[in-house]
Amino acid sequence: MTFFFNQFVTGLASASSLFLAACGLSIIFGVSRIVNFSHGAFYMLGAYVAFTLTEYFSSEIGFWGGIVLAALIVAGIGALAEMALLRRIYAAHELLQLLLTFGVTLAVEDLVVLIWGPSDLLGRRAPGLKGAINLFGQLYPTYDLLLIALGPLTLIAVLLLLHQTRWGVLVRAATQDREMVAALGVNQQWLFTGVFALGIFLAAFGGALELPREAVSHTMDLQIITEVLVVVVIGGLGNVLGTFLAAIIVSELNVFGILIFPKISIILVFLVMALVLVVRPWGLLGRAETATRAASGLQVVRWKPLRPRDRLIVLAVIAAAALLPFFCGDYFLTVASEVLIFMLFAASLHLLASAGGLVSFGHAAYFGLGAYGAALALKQFSLPMAPGLLAGTLLGFLGAFVFGWFCVRLSGVYFAMLTLAFAQIVWSIAFQWTEVTGGDNGLIGIWPSTWAASASHFYWLTLALAAGGIALLRVILFSPFGYALRALRDSELRAEAIGLSRHRIQWLAFAAAGAFAALAGALYAFLKGSVFPDNLAIPLSIDGLAMVLLGGVGTVSGGIVGAALYKTLSIWVISHTDYSKLVIGLLIIALVSLFPQGILGALAGWRHRPLKSEAP
Amino acid sequence: MKIVSAVLASVTLAAAAAGVSIPARAQETIKIGEINSYSGLPSFTEPYRKGWQLALEEINAAGGVDGKKLDVISKDDGGKPADAITAANELVSKDGVVMLMGTFFSNIGLAVSDFAKQKKILFLAAEPLTDAITWSKGNRYTFRLRPANYEQAAMLAEEAAKLPAKKWATIAPNYEYGQSAVAVFKKLLSAKRPDIEWVGEQWPPQGKIDAGAVVEAIAKTEPEAILNVTFGPDLVKLVREGNTRGLFKGRVVVSFLTGEPEYLDPLKDEAPEGWIVTGYPWNAVTIPEHAAFLKAYQAKYNDYPRLGSVVGYSVMKSAAAILVKAKSTDSEKLVDAAEGVSVDTPFGKITFRKADHQSTLGAFVGRTALKDGKGVMVDVSYRDGGKYLPPESEVAALRPQE
Repeated sequence: MTFFFNQFVTGLASASSLFLAACGLSIIFGVSRIVNFSHGAFYMLGAYVAFTLTEYFSSEIGFWGGIVLAALIVAGIGALAEMALLRRIYAAHELLQLLLTFGVTLAVEDLVVLIWGPSDLLGRRAPGLKGAINLFGQLYPTYDLLLIALGPLTLIAVLLLLHQTRWGVLVRAATQDREMVAALGVNQQWLFTGVFALGIFLAAFGGALELPREAVSHTMDLQIITEVLVVVVIGGLGNVLGTFLAAIIVSELNVFGILIFPKISIILVFLVMALVLVVRPWGLLGRAETATRAASGLQVVRWKPLRPRDRLIVLAVIAAAALLPFFCGDYFLTVASEVLIFMLFAASLHLLASAGGLVSFGHAAYFGLGAYGAALALKQFSLPMAPGLLAGTLLGFLGAFVFGWFCVRLSGVYFAMLTLAFAQIVWSIAFQWTEVTGGDNGLIGIWPSTWAASASHFYWLTLALAAGGIALLRVILFSPFGYALRALRDSELRAEAIGLSRHRIQWLAFAAAGAFAALAGALYAFLKGSVFPDNLAIPLSIDGLAMVLLGGVGTVSGGIVGAALYKTLSIWVISHTDYSKLVIGLLIIALVSLFPQGILGALAGWRHRPLKSEAP
Repeated sequence: MKIVSAVLASVTLAAAAAGVSIPARAQETIKIGEINSYSGLPSFTEPYRKGWQLALEEINAAGGVDGKKLDVISKDDGGKPADAITAANELVSKDGVVMLMGTFFSNIGLAVSDFAKQKKILFLAAEPLTDAITWSKGNRYTFRLRPANYEQAAMLAEEAAKLPAKKWATIAPNYEYGQSAVAVFKKLLSAKRPDIEWVGEQWPPQGKIDAGAVVEAIAKTEPEAILNVTFGPDLVKLVREGNTRGLFKGRVVVSFLTGEPEYLDPLKDEAPEGWIVTGYPWNAVTIPEHAAFLKAYQAKYNDYPRLGSVVGYSVMKSAAAILVKAKSTDSEKLVDAAEGVSVDTPFGKITFRKADHQSTLGAFVGRTALKDGKGVMVDVSYRDGGKYLPPESEVAALRPQE
């Protein structure tokens, strides 16, 4: 019995540390609707800065002062980032902030290595709390007791701040109606900066408090970011108390789960999130999202199918592309094939995100299912390449068909997070089912059939399939089905009133997008000759979103352009520098700041200036 | 319409940029391609890079190979197998390297080794530990330098068998490396000591250990000895929680790789004492080959070498030795030369076995201790990798028939 009590208390310490890391995210999320992907980066920065300060001020007061000072410094950096970067793009599509903060994360990850060096750093233990106390015959770290106290204390402080102060009232008002608060004469810009700084302060504080428990390394941000996102969503967006409950549930389930299933940790939080979202679509304590005002600038120009003259030009361009193998070497053709594959992948996500308004955080799952489907067809059933491509596409379609049914019941960020949960579940199956998928060692030897083995033949095949796929996606977009999809995006109520079934149409769109992503994935497997779990992992999903957003989510073909740009850039940068994350991160920040509507969006806006000013 | 042309323009631009970026290299050089996770795992790959750069400098200062200077083109793989393949393809198809070397992670090593088989180019895997790369997924073109998982497990199991402990528990990261390390260790130890009972196991996800919970769960099974396979930040958390909660008191811990400076040094004065580990005690190795390496390394970098430095140095020397022996840059001749080639490394002379393409590089086994507020290895002895591998006559059966 005492063992279970002790294990419970151990779980509480983990829960507190998880909550401290997550609550800042929840606050920022709730107020400004920003999915702050850089939360993990600031958490990590907090730990690094606290490391430096506590090494420098070696006294007892120096330690605690260093922790708080580190959080303050990082909060200051966060406030500057908000003023310099985020403020410029509040009016744009809300996901752009995700992309921007993703760029910040990439840059910070390389920066900490440049500043603090590549080795893991061991911070000091907390003075006075180095040892353990005897709790019913078992030793228990005293520092963990401090954490257990700090969690609820922080919760109370945040709740008091939000509910008992004038500032808190204004913040909550801004949460509900930004423009109204502004109209009443409140400087909401500073309000948002303040909230962001508070959130970052809590993130950095959470990171700094880990100093006596773990090593400071440049991977801390990725270790924490998905976990805190999940906890925030399970609790209900913007509900700090919900976040607290979710942290406790997740931690306790983990602490006891590993006694029965020692391998459960890898997937536990995502299982919990999937279950919670299926049963309670807005998280434990969350409320239904009020219809937010349509983000301005979502659609700059009315979408139109290509005119006959444009079609001819596109055909000419494709024909020119088909001539490339006569002028280019193998390496260039392989890179071009990879770019084409990602154009198809991004186009499939683009259909969902722009026409459907359904932003998926887990689109890589279907890309990866396609890759694994193709690889397994080869390895398990000894099929040649062509049926392999078909098998991959089918597997991806099936996956999207099944998961899509659950996902499209939700909307907004909850939809995004459920897609993420399913993607992580698929990922962990690929990662764990070693007998079939090869686990993290993957499946190798997935090379194309002889007829497509040469770089030029494979390039032609890819070009044909990618161009065909993208053409088909456009046909879907301008078919009655595509119009229905857009109607549901723009006004669900009106669309349903004229007899469109939201669930059925979005479900089909989800499955179709999954199938095209899977085709891309299947091609990718043969291009690389191997398949690994990271073909369906979170970073690939984020890459997909980055492509769509860089190209312009409000445009017809943004995904294609974004993919070409992003993929070529990243291949080129990674080949030329070891600090590719820093370069790509800064590039993303620059592009997002310069072209909040995406590159195509900016182009279209420029070409159709009169139209833009006509818009209400 | 403008869209597709814009796309193609950007593709073409990038290609042009990539095309013109090839610096004019002299005809008299031999180009070697090198790939590693420089951005993903700098704590290991930075010292590794210093190691091969030192060796390269020495080789070229001594006149290169057959009068030709060696030229290493190095690429980052970002920790992703797919990016490693892109890099390998660039090195082979565009830069025209005569062989590939490097890689850290097992999955990247396997991906590149399969690429090497497909393109028929020699690949010298530096660091990946998975047994599959030389055995179940071995191929003609792939060689591996570092002692495999199997060897590390065999060295540790030999020591573990001498302990009186009968009840064992295991803690390992939940991926192939951890799984096969535990499986081989269990098999080898149980074979030597049928009386041993495996009472508990924990599989925290790599990089995300909930150390307090894992420590309590292991303590509950009341083992007499513990096998640890975690490393890096996970190891730090485990050691801290384990020390505070008294898990290691009165228990022997046998631990993979913990004696490597990359993992032992960050633990500073909290380094565990008395653990039986594999590793690299850089200031306790006495053989003259190492003394020369140490002197040159410290003179060039004003820093002490990590294990990565030795691996980088040795892989470069191996590449040169293969080229010298082959007297050709033809892939098939290089492979023939690499089979059985002998190389002088800081750990002494090693050989790449013909049967499974595994080098006989070994590792140091010893116990951890605290000295001047730092973790060190004591009671150190070098274990020749060749002695812990199955005999060459047996390993052929482990490899796929070609």
